[in-house]
Amino acid sequence: MIYLDLLIGFLKVGMFSFGGAYGAIPLIRDVVLHYGWMDEDALVDMIAISESTPGPIMVNLATYVGCNKAGVLGGILATLAVVSPAFLFIILLVTLINGLAGKKRIKAAFNGIKPCIIGIILAMGVSMVGKNCISPIISEKDILPTMLTIVLAAVFFGYHALFKKKMSPIILIITAAIAGLIVYGI
Amino acid sequence: MIITLFLTFAKIGLFTFGGGYAMISLIESICVEQKRWITHEQMMKITVVAESTPGPIAINCATYIGYKQKGIAGAVAATLGVVTPSFIIIYLISKFLENFLEIQGIVSGFKGIRIAVGILILDAAIGMIKKMKKKTIPCIILGCSFVIMLLNNIINLGISSILLLVIAAIAGMIISGVSEMSAVKGGADK
Repeated sequence: MIYLDLLIGFLKVGMFSFGGAYGAIPLIRDVVLHYGWMDEDALVDMIAISESTPGPIMVNLATYVGCNKAGVLGGILATLAVVSPAFLFIILLVTLINGLAGKKRIKAAFNGIKPCIIGIILAMGVSMVGKNCISPIISEKDILPTMLTIVLAAVFFGYHALFKKKMSPIILIITAAIAGLIVYGI
Repeated sequence: MIITLFLTFAKIGLFTFGGGYAMISLIESICVEQKRWITHEQMMKITVVAESTPGPIAINCATYIGYKQKGIAGAVAATLGVVTPSFIIIYLISKFLENFLEIQGIVSGFKGIRIAVGILILDAAIGMIKKMKKKTIPCIILGCSFVIMLLNNIINLGISSILLLVIAAIAGMIISGVSEMSAVKGGADK
């Protein structure tokens, strides 16, 4: 049943998403592809939209997947599912923080989780950029994505080096959209 | 008070783009400086706690501040407040997105945007690596999870990120157990 799948799928995401929004994206990708709710391209579009609309990125993604698959009720279920672990953890912590016996064990588990999530995010970034950059050259169809990748990366990292300040993701997304319009036509 | 909590956090949810950390600075200025619901020290503490609990950081903060003000009801009001504005916006987008994607200009724009998303994710990972303490064991765990997930993305091994995280958590506990035991032994030898 779709409602139950949405609930369980996004509870899992909410429970294991350490390291903020970018930590949640690989988990959401797993869940969405596992159930066949979206293809990879649609998911990436949605990441960009979630990044450019207000609110926490993983909540926006959950809302979209839920609404898209099962209407308003699906959206509400997926949204509540993704936030409830965060909610419950905080309530548990403020009510029993002093009586929490396994504190040391939890900290130890974290020492394993933190680098692992960074590795997962890095793998996702590398494979996404690699897919855009290398596969068009190998298949010799279209070198435009490769060139776009190089230009956008140069703009983004160049801005950081030049102004000692990160370019806002929204500005990069808008720049990329304009570049897409120029390259692929209106 | 419940309504004030809901409305205040709805405002925070509506005006923060770019997720978690942008939201924290707005929460700080409204809840600490204007409303004086919590102190600056409490805010610092909750940010640290939020980093080691799962889920969106903004939700962790909202739940905490709501709970401090009005118990469970306050926590629910603040949490729902944060998610409500983006829920409405995303719901509207989900209704119309598919129609939009039939327009050629939008399709071209999204082709560019997909490339930007890859760069943003890569940049997020690089930022986290820079902030990480560079010790041997975390670097090994990072390297292993990177290689496994990269292979998984290329040739689809069917490994889920969650499984990998659970293994890493267990590994973390075993490593701390082992180093504790050897520390005890070392102490006994002396």
